[in-house]
Amino acid sequence: MRISEGDVEHIARLARLELDPEERRRYTEQLSDILNYIDELNELDTSSVEPTSHVIPIKNVMRDDLPQPSLPLDEALGNAPQRKGNFYRVPRIID
Amino acid sequence: MMKMLSDAGLEAVIGLEIHAQMLTETKIFCGCSTAFGAEPNTQTCPVCIGMPGVLPVLNRRVVEFAVKTGLAMNCRITPYSRFARKNYFYPDLPKGYQISQYELPICEKGHLDIHINGESRRIGITRIHMEEDAGKNIHQKDGSYVDLNRTGVPLLEIVTEPDIRTPQEAALFMKKLRAILRYLGVCDGNMEQGSLRCDANVSLRPAGSTGLGTKTEIKNINSFRFVEKALEYEIKRQVKVLRDGGDIIQETRLWDSETGTTNSMRSKEEAHDYRYFPEPDLVPLQIEEDWIKQIRETLPELPDQKMKRYQEEFGLPEYDCEILTEERPVAEWFERAVKAGGSPKAVSNWMMTDILRLMNETGTEITELRITPEMLASLIGLIEKGTISGKIAKMVFNDMYTTGKDPETIVQEKGLVQISDAGELEGTIQEILDAHPDEVGRLKAGDKKLIGFFVGQVMKATKGKANPKMVNEIIRKKIS
Repeated sequence: MRISEGDVEHIARLARLELDPEERRRYTEQLSDILNYIDELNELDTSSVEPTSHVIPIKNVMRDDLPQPSLPLDEALGNAPQRKGNFYRVPRIID
Repeated sequence: MMKMLSDAGLEAVIGLEIHAQMLTETKIFCGCSTAFGAEPNTQTCPVCIGMPGVLPVLNRRVVEFAVKTGLAMNCRITPYSRFARKNYFYPDLPKGYQISQYELPICEKGHLDIHINGESRRIGITRIHMEEDAGKNIHQKDGSYVDLNRTGVPLLEIVTEPDIRTPQEAALFMKKLRAILRYLGVCDGNMEQGSLRCDANVSLRPAGSTGLGTKTEIKNINSFRFVEKALEYEIKRQVKVLRDGGDIIQETRLWDSETGTTNSMRSKEEAHDYRYFPEPDLVPLQIEEDWIKQIRETLPELPDQKMKRYQEEFGLPEYDCEILTEERPVAEWFERAVKAGGSPKAVSNWMMTDILRLMNETGTEITELRITPEMLASLIGLIEKGTISGKIAKMVFNDMYTTGKDPETIVQEKGLVQISDAGELEGTIQEILDAHPDEVGRLKAGDKKLIGFFVGQVMKATKGKANPKMVNEIIRKKIS
């Protein structure tokens, strides 16, 4: 295995996913397969190829600093599970 | 604090991480307004609240501001730069990631010089990058309330090298940085309102060594005067821990201004696993030399350059220059007064005393004063020509402040022109000498300090309008 069940558990927690033991075992296997495949790709000599961070060959897409209308408040808050006044309400965060 | 450190054979190593909200009209990746103080959640759109399927588009002015700041801080502008996602979950970050820069920031390897005890100290700038701000949470008993107006407001993150050695240096650095950001018009520098924020990394090591001890990060330094206080407290705390044989724990600590202490946040370590990766929704940024050149041409004369010029061109003391150049509007006011003919030293003296005092007392910006630089220049001219005395000038100045009238008008309306007519003065002086035969006798016998008494009497009789130099001469002549 290229990745441990502990790693998968850690990633799941960071992504706020709850996995049962069977899922954890299965994802560990699948993620290991993916990493093994990457290892296979790594066998290719890419020393003369520029690293790509973007697949489309364009750069410097920018807009002017001009205000556009924002969403009406009711639309902005429309999808919120809980709303109070002008605010989104979420479970109390303890810092 | 410093003695405590040196007694323990230690020195402090401090690095700062500063966040500055940029003064753009709109957010970094969408056209929502950045205006402060709007009703909660009225300045949001599908892009900044993270609706599926939307695409961010970079605000050109954000890039210009970042390059401008980089140039002002002697940085190298990276020719090829890109954005990255920093992943974490928090209700004020609706997308579940913050768009920031990671391995290719827009500016690198700069420095700022600070002046301390007559010496210059160079503080390295590791990097400057662009990122989006998060929203605001308000915590109440029945839940937390989220306002996303601030989500997507453009920030500059400025990171220094661990070159700072004392809390005083850190405060001087922040002051310098703030002055530059305000000169550039990139950030308003208001720490209380949170548009300028400062986190500090602090560690201790044996004095003169080069390694780094375990550091703590101090957050929530929410006022200018707390930069020094928070660092002093934290250094003392670390010295005590080490002296008692303990170890410094690497952690984030929050400054509490009410108690004047820093306290551990006890956050889970794994919360800092941000899994950065290149932001696929934004294309890379390639900054051409031409663009950098154009931006360089818009750079104003910065505080250090101004300070040097004031010293060389006007022969003003370093202290005066520092105060005059700290805020751009003050420096420009000074320069306008000199241009209008005021002698630099006199303008500086009036500004350092009366103008700054008025500004402090009334909480007024220099540009809002009813006294203009041109008015101050003509007031100085009136003194230098001998039209009014220095004492009368103070009166005229106060009148200028309350009425906004120019000094010539005030002098004329109130009949304050200095009496420099020898004949007229001689008559007055003779009367006073005649009225004080005892004092005249003592003065003649060599009691020189009585000259002051007589000058005072003449000034009183002429309501301050007599030319003091002439009065002095006439009295001496009459006595001898």
